[in-house]
Amino acid sequence: MYKIAVMGEPDSIYGFAALGLDTFPFDSAEDAGQALRRLADSDYAVIYITEGLASLIAPEIERYQDSKIPAVIRIPGVSGNTGEGIMGVKKSVEQAVGSDILFGGEN
Amino acid sequence: MASKAITPTRMELTRLKRKLITTRRGHKLLKDKRDELMRQFMDMVRQNMELRKKVEEGIARANKNFVLAKSTMSDEAVKVAFMAAKQEVSLEVSDKNVMSVEIPVFDTKMKTNDENDIYSYGFAFTSSDLDDAVKSLSDILPDMLKLAEIEKGCQLMAAEIEKTRRRVNALEHVLIPETEANIKYISSKLDENERSTQIRLMKVKDMLLEAAHHYKEREANG
Repeated sequence: MYKIAVMGEPDSIYGFAALGLDTFPFDSAEDAGQALRRLADSDYAVIYITEGLASLIAPEIERYQDSKIPAVIRIPGVSGNTGEGIMGVKKSVEQAVGSDILFGGEN
Repeated sequence: MASKAITPTRMELTRLKRKLITTRRGHKLLKDKRDELMRQFMDMVRQNMELRKKVEEGIARANKNFVLAKSTMSDEAVKVAFMAAKQEVSLEVSDKNVMSVEIPVFDTKMKTNDENDIYSYGFAFTSSDLDDAVKSLSDILPDMLKLAEIEKGCQLMAAEIEKTRRRVNALEHVLIPETEANIKYISSKLDENERSTQIRLMKVKDMLLEAAHHYKEREANG
């Protein structure tokens, strides 16, 4: 039985607590990196992380790119959409195809 | 490109020819795998993009509602409201096999089925804006889970496609030409050996006949 975690700036994520997701508010990169590792090692199959925080601990997130669990998914925070989530999808396309032929024209 | 030390023997030639056949077959299979993976990946990544846009819009909307709600309530009140959640979400993870790539499938389970259980607070001390905010977030949750599933699948498939593509290219541009060149080298070497043996035999025959019949002497005398 797996659970879902949400990491990010406190203001961006507190609402998810109401839905029954486990929220982990962080502001600084060091704690968050460690926490992500800890969450990934325990029973969390999906970890949503706000783009703001994700950009601070990108190398940590990268480690889970090729493993089946957990899925680390970037979501926009309260401060707005940085487009990093979309960039992640484009990166997958680039990795697979060699160049971004699908969404190259957009944005 | 006839590389390294290959011994030009018939045995080696047979071995290489067999190897070339296997390599060609492997190449074809891998190429088919790559094409099919690519096709599925394209479908999936399009879906991924759509979902992501939808989710990002949804979350942006929910966040706006939360900001609105917070503006009419104290920080404390908001904190207290979310202190004890009634609803709980858990996941069952199973695998789906797409062209030998294991993709996770998430199956969501809610603790309670009552959809009003997302409101983890009494309505007396909170604003209705907060209700709207929580509702809007709850509406986007199924899409968020679907997104997690698909995005992970895309990442795993992208890695597999990259690996397969490398293998196809290695076979196509390195292994197959190299083996072909080696085969050519051995067969021409064998042909040459054969020719030189034949010439040597003819020469020896000439010498033996000369020794027996003395053609040259007779020609000179006659």
